[in-house]
Amino acid sequence: MSTATPDTSPAPAEPAVQAPPPTPPRAQEPRYERLLILLRSPSFVVGALILLGWVVCAIAGTWIAPHDAYASDPLNSLLPPDHTHWFGTDQLGRDVCSRVIVGARDILTIAPLATLVGTVTGTALGLVVGYFGGWVDNVIGRAIDAVLALPLVIVALLALAAVGASDLTVILVIGITFMPITARTVRAAVFAERHLDYVAAAQLRGERAPYIMFAEILPNVLPPIIVEATVRLGYAIFSVATLSFLGFGIQPPSADWGLALSESYTLMAGGAWWTVVFDAAAIASLVVGVNLIADSVQGVIDR
Amino acid sequence: MSASPAAAFPAFDVSKRDRSDALTIVGLTVAYRVRGRDRDVLQDVSFRVRRGEAYGLVGESGCGKSTVAMAVLRYLPRNGRVKAGRIAIAGDDVHELDATALRELRANAISMVYQDPSRALNPSLTIARQVAEAFEVAGASYDEALPRALEMLRRVRIAAPERVMESYPHQLSGGMQQRVVIAMALASNPALLILDEPTTGLDATVEAEVLELVAQLRKEFGTAVLFISHNLAVIGKMCERVGVLYAGKLVEEGATRDVFARPRHPYTVGLLRCLPGIGRSKDTDRLDTIAGSLPLPGSITHGCVYAERCRLADDRCRRDAPPPYRMSARHGDQMARCHYHERAAELPRTSAAVPGAVGEDGATQTREPALVLRAERVSKTFNASGASLRAVDDVSLELAAGETLGLVGESGSGKTTLAKMLLGLIAPDQGSSLELNGVPLPSRVTRRNDEQVKSLQIVFQNPDSALNRAHSVKRLIGRALSRLTALHGLARDQRLAALAAAVRLPDRYLGARTRQLSGGLKQRVAIARAFAGDPRVVVCDEPTSALDVSVQAAILNLLADLQREHGVSYVFISHDLRVVRYLSDRIAVLYVGRLLEIGPAAAVFDGPHHPYTEALLSSVPTLDADTAQPAMKRIRLEGEPPSPAAPPSGCVFHTRCPRKLGAICEQQDPPYLDAGDGHRIRCHIPIDQLRALQRGA
Repeated sequence: MSTATPDTSPAPAEPAVQAPPPTPPRAQEPRYERLLILLRSPSFVVGALILLGWVVCAIAGTWIAPHDAYASDPLNSLLPPDHTHWFGTDQLGRDVCSRVIVGARDILTIAPLATLVGTVTGTALGLVVGYFGGWVDNVIGRAIDAVLALPLVIVALLALAAVGASDLTVILVIGITFMPITARTVRAAVFAERHLDYVAAAQLRGERAPYIMFAEILPNVLPPIIVEATVRLGYAIFSVATLSFLGFGIQPPSADWGLALSESYTLMAGGAWWTVVFDAAAIASLVVGVNLIADSVQGVIDR
Repeated sequence: MSASPAAAFPAFDVSKRDRSDALTIVGLTVAYRVRGRDRDVLQDVSFRVRRGEAYGLVGESGCGKSTVAMAVLRYLPRNGRVKAGRIAIAGDDVHELDATALRELRANAISMVYQDPSRALNPSLTIARQVAEAFEVAGASYDEALPRALEMLRRVRIAAPERVMESYPHQLSGGMQQRVVIAMALASNPALLILDEPTTGLDATVEAEVLELVAQLRKEFGTAVLFISHNLAVIGKMCERVGVLYAGKLVEEGATRDVFARPRHPYTVGLLRCLPGIGRSKDTDRLDTIAGSLPLPGSITHGCVYAERCRLADDRCRRDAPPPYRMSARHGDQMARCHYHERAAELPRTSAAVPGAVGEDGATQTREPALVLRAERVSKTFNASGASLRAVDDVSLELAAGETLGLVGESGSGKTTLAKMLLGLIAPDQGSSLELNGVPLPSRVTRRNDEQVKSLQIVFQNPDSALNRAHSVKRLIGRALSRLTALHGLARDQRLAALAAAVRLPDRYLGARTRQLSGGLKQRVAIARAFAGDPRVVVCDEPTSALDVSVQAAILNLLADLQREHGVSYVFISHDLRVVRYLSDRIAVLYVGRLLEIGPAAAVFDGPHHPYTEALLSSVPTLDADTAQPAMKRIRLEGEPPSPAAPPSGCVFHTRCPRKLGAICEQQDPPYLDAGDGHRIRCHIPIDQLRALQRGA
């Protein structure tokens, strides 16, 4: 323990002056402290390692992959796993291992972008609804509830069937289906902030509503938004894979996992389990990894 | 530790296990483990509470008062640990008990009443169930418990116990809730009752009632009480003995009358001096403050814990921790941990005279009554689910330049609603009119022009809520500057530095977030922000009620200084009448949204007053030291304030008025009577008669 610093001798200069406390502002901001706790939590580390692994595959997949993921070799189709093709080959003779590695790219581009779209639009909507309240809340809030009552995948399927599937439309459709969910979370958080005096203080110096919403309230509702976004990312990965499997997501010739599943799940009956298992495991590991991160982030933020 | 003869100082003779003590604490040291290090939050605390005695524990927040209570209950948080010492309740060592015995002890020998009754009660159970449960825990059968609960509610002076039994906590007022909690605490007929700030959240009149109740119950039940409070006046009224905690050490202890009359520790002296006593005012003297702030727990390892803030401290104090010096005083023994305890009472005052020629300055300001703000027939009706609720009814006020208007009333009297209407946060009803500098003021802040916006600012009660925790201090003040003044860049930074200096906020805090600041510093930031645009009127909504007394004194001094320098007017809302008296030139008394009395501060306090003001004033606990004037007889108000949704006919106060005349009070709205010098009282009793009645009381 440090000794008390005697150099701050109480000089009786100005009596009303409250001599500052001898300790400077705490060096450790809670922010860094939280990061430290996060890095020490095993579930976060495991989740982050899984995610990191797939991100590396997504970025450098074509260099890491042992074979060309797109080169078909009909003579060697449906080979079981061996030492040249660790995960075997699919019905066109393409190396499954390489396709699993390269397949991370599309889903890891589309799912985060969709999450971003959903989070940004949902946050904006939630701020407006929460800040203004009243009839704005009654109208938009009810609309949000109504949208939330619809099954997400069906809505997405209908929308994609209507506008046609492409990477952009998948991003937008998933993003927009996520918007009301995020909006509702943000609305609840803004309701709690709305009645704090700093909002009144901002109004009393003539601030406009957008400034109050985005510069005053937003920084304080970021924690639940971050938690929501990490949870949504897991769902987004799952949704993209589902849509791809149903043929409304990522389009061929991508090596996407969901797409691969839809192309080869019929081969399971013939015993070619390797064409399905590794892609399914890839989806599962990514979702589990992201959810582990989401859980530990939530745990730290809600402390 | 000094080995004083035990016989002379029976309170410290703990060698024989005296079973007559309700509570004995010897050498208690408690540490909290924070980031892998033990921090001693209590160091070598020893005191005893005799059977039937009331013992007060005072100190500012963070001194370890509540930790004592939790250690006694063996209810320390997970990271807390008793490192040394012994706690005995009625002779049983608390820390030797096994789980069953501990349960037994908590069920039968000791009870606790917490600060916030609304959180101590379960919102989803009826009062009957909760109070009966307390009896069941103490050993009564299910069938017995209910009638005994009813009986107990009667004993805590609840007017309609049958009705209260059927109620849920949210249907009761704060005072009523606290009575229920006290009833539950007394169910086991405990040997020791711990009250942890039991009246802190309550209105003055309710506080007085609860304190009176505790005093009466103590007589009836003979329960020993450990009374924890930051309020010296409350302790002075309630307790026979008092211990003063500072930074985890018991720095002084003794009979309350001795300690308050002749404190032997500079900290106690400082605490007593920084209270704004009745009769003190900003025009005549500044309040004493205690410089510096509480050290971090366990950060001072040698020397006196108070040396850093003490003006008597010398090298010896910084080197050697003072042992508990014991001496005999008039009403029993007294202990002080100060090397210079004989000189403590002669501690030099910090309060200089009010800067500037008092008479001259004050006089010239009051002579020219330049009107700044005028509120004319302001009303506000809230419509809540079909029922209309008149929160403010037909209030007219005027505010002159450089004056402070104190706004007094219990919670629910409409003080804050009125303030929010002045500020433009709530739109008043049709027919209300506001004027600033003679120009009509739009009712909503969004409709006001820049000049009007910057002229009216506010300092909120709770700086944690009022300061955006995501922004740095520099941004908080800087944003107000750029919104309210035309300054930019360097000029703005200079103004910011000047502003920080004006509120005595050290530069190095500018980059900090508010959570890194102490309560007093936060409130200084809030004041700096309010003064950014050089306002004409600042509404201060209970600005010091969340602060410790020494910090409160510094903030009140600061507000008075700023007023003198800037000629700003304050609308000062507070439930603490002494604080209002200190800072206000004029005082307005509100009750159920009506203005009952308004006038110069001295006139309102000295009388004649409205019967309601009289009751309010009589409920303020005073220190023995400042009863130079005869102590007022406590006037008890019957019942509770009526709901603004269904105000009584005639005079709104007639349902509780101890001086009610008769039918006229119930039928006719009383007129404003002029008591001279702008002092108006809204009552049917003629002024002269009021004066005579109140002088006789």
